[in-house]
Amino acid sequence: MIEFRDVTKQYPDGTVAVDKLNLTVEAGTITVFVGPSGCGKTTSLRMVNRMIEATSGTILIDGKDIRDSEPALLRRGMGYVIQQAGLFPHRTVLDNVATVPLLSGWDKRKARARAAELLETVGLPAEMGRRYPVQLSGGQQQRVGVARALAADPPILLMDEPFSAVDPVVREDLQNELLRLQGELDKTIVFVTHDIDEAVRIGEKVAVFRKGGVLAQYGTPADVLRYPADEFVAGFVGRDRGYRGLSFLESSGISVDRVETAKLGKPRAETVADWVLVLDSDGHPCGWLPPGTSVDGSLTREPLVAGGSLYTTGTSLRGALDAALSSPASRGVVVDEDGKYVGVITARQVLDLIEGHPQAVSKT
Amino acid sequence: MNWLSRNIDAVLELTGYHLVIALLPVLFGLVISIPLGWVANRWPVARAILVPVAGIMYTIPSLVLFLILPPLLGTRVLDEINVIIALTIYTVALLVRSVADALAAVPPHVIAAADAMGYRPVRRFFGVELPLAVPVLVAGLRVATVSNISLTSVAAILGVPQLGSLFTDGFAVENYDEIVVAIILIFLLAMVFDGLLLLAGRLLTPWARAGRAVGAAK
Repeated sequence: MIEFRDVTKQYPDGTVAVDKLNLTVEAGTITVFVGPSGCGKTTSLRMVNRMIEATSGTILIDGKDIRDSEPALLRRGMGYVIQQAGLFPHRTVLDNVATVPLLSGWDKRKARARAAELLETVGLPAEMGRRYPVQLSGGQQQRVGVARALAADPPILLMDEPFSAVDPVVREDLQNELLRLQGELDKTIVFVTHDIDEAVRIGEKVAVFRKGGVLAQYGTPADVLRYPADEFVAGFVGRDRGYRGLSFLESSGISVDRVETAKLGKPRAETVADWVLVLDSDGHPCGWLPPGTSVDGSLTREPLVAGGSLYTTGTSLRGALDAALSSPASRGVVVDEDGKYVGVITARQVLDLIEGHPQAVSKT
Repeated sequence: MNWLSRNIDAVLELTGYHLVIALLPVLFGLVISIPLGWVANRWPVARAILVPVAGIMYTIPSLVLFLILPPLLGTRVLDEINVIIALTIYTVALLVRSVADALAAVPPHVIAAADAMGYRPVRRFFGVELPLAVPVLVAGLRVATVSNISLTSVAAILGVPQLGSLFTDGFAVENYDEIVVAIILIFLLAMVFDGLLLLAGRLLTPWARAGRAVGAAK
C-alpha cells in the first residue's frame, strides 16, 4: 500500500508540480495516474522512489516513511519501467534484466538464471537474451524493460508512460500482457499515462490529475467515465465517454437474429436480393455478399465485401455496438469464443439493451 | 639500408624511448581527462572554462612548451619528464572535450533508468556512463596517440633521445638513410598503435557494432 499524505512538490522558481496530494494506492491493484502534460502525474510517481523529493508531506509504503530509507536501497525494492524502455545499450538483454539482482549482490550465475526465467515470463525467446537492446523492436525493448523491473521480485512496480512510444497495435499487446502478468504476480502497480483509453483499459483505479498538480478525481474507471467529478474530468475523458463507458456494461441477455448465410466454395447460381453472410468451411465469417451480386458457380472470396468488427459473445456492449456500426450490412456479426458464427445484431438492439441496463443511466 | 643493419641495436633502443615518451602521456592524459570531463559535463560553468582552455593549450607550439616547462617545474632542460608532461597536456587538451561530449551524449532516460534501478552515483558512472563513452573516448585516444608519436620527435632538438634524434643526427652528418629510417619507423609506430586502439575499441564495444549493423540494415 502506498499512501500520499498532503504531498506537495514546489520547484525553486515557485512552480507547483503537485499540490497537496492525498491518495492511497491499494496493495495488489493497478492504479493509473492520468492527466494532461504538466499535471504532476509523473512527478507524483517519481516521488515514490525518491527520484524527486517531495517539498512537504509524507509518502508511506506499508506505513513506513520513504524518507527513512536510503534512496538507492528504496529503489532496488521497487520495479521501475521507464518511457522508451531506457535499457542499457552496452549490456546484453540478459544482463539488462539482471541489473537489480546484480546491484543487490547476487552472484552472476544466479542473477542470469533469474533473468532468463523473466524473459520467458514476459514472452520473449531465451536466445534473445544474447542480443543487445538496439537489435530489438520497440515493443520487445519494452517487454525487456518490464522484465528488468520484475527481476528482484519487488512488491511495487512503477510504470512511467511505458507504452507511449510504441505503435497502437503493439501497445494493445503490451497492455494485455501486463494485465495477464498482473493476474499471476499480484503487484502493487502505479502506472502513469496521458491516454485516458489506456487508463480505463488497464486501471482498477484511476486518478485524474489536472494542471497544477491537483487530483481531480480518484475512482474506478467506470465511475470516472460515468460520473465525472467536474467539467475538467468530463472534458478530459472526452466527448465519447458514454461510448467508452459501454466497455463496462456486460451483455448478458443479448439475443441474436439469424441472417442468410452461404458457404465459401459451394456452388451457387443466383442473384442475391439481400446481404448474405459468407462463412468458410469452419463457420468463421469471411465477409458479405452485397445485394444484387450474381454468383454463378463456386463461391469465391472475390465478390465479397469485407465485414466489420466481430463481436464475441459475453464481452462488453462496446464491442457489440461497434460490430453493428462497422458492418456494411448494418448488422453486427456475433461469434462465439472460437470465432464461429452465432448470429447478427443491429445497433437498435444494442441500444435497447443499453437503455434497459440499470447501470447505463448517467447521473449527469 | 646498410646503415640500419649496422645500427639496429641503437635504433631499437631509440624506438623504446620513443614509445615510452609518446605513450605514457596518453595513459596519464586519459586518467586526468576522465574526472575533468566529468566535471565539465556536470557543471556548465566548469565546461565554459575547461573546454576553451583545453583548446588554447593545444595551440601552444610543442617546442615552446618543451622550453618553458623546465623553469616552471624546476627540471633540467634535457630531462625527458618535460616532454612527457608537455605531451600529457596535449592529450588532456584533446580528451577533456571528448569525455565531456561523450558523457553528455548518454541518453537522459538511460541515466534515469540507472537511478531508478538503484545505482549509486559512482557505480553509475563506471558501470553505465563511462562504458557508453568508450567509442568517443577511443576516437580521441587515437588522435592523441598518433599526435604524440609524431610530436615526440620534436624533443630531439632538446637532446632527449628517441627516434627524432635520428633526424638531428642525420642532418648533422648528412646521412639521409638515417632520416628515412626514422620517418618510416615513426609512421609505422603511429599506424600500429592507431590500429591497436581501433581493435581494442571494437573488442570493448560489441554493442556499438550491433548498433551499426542494425543501422545499416535500415
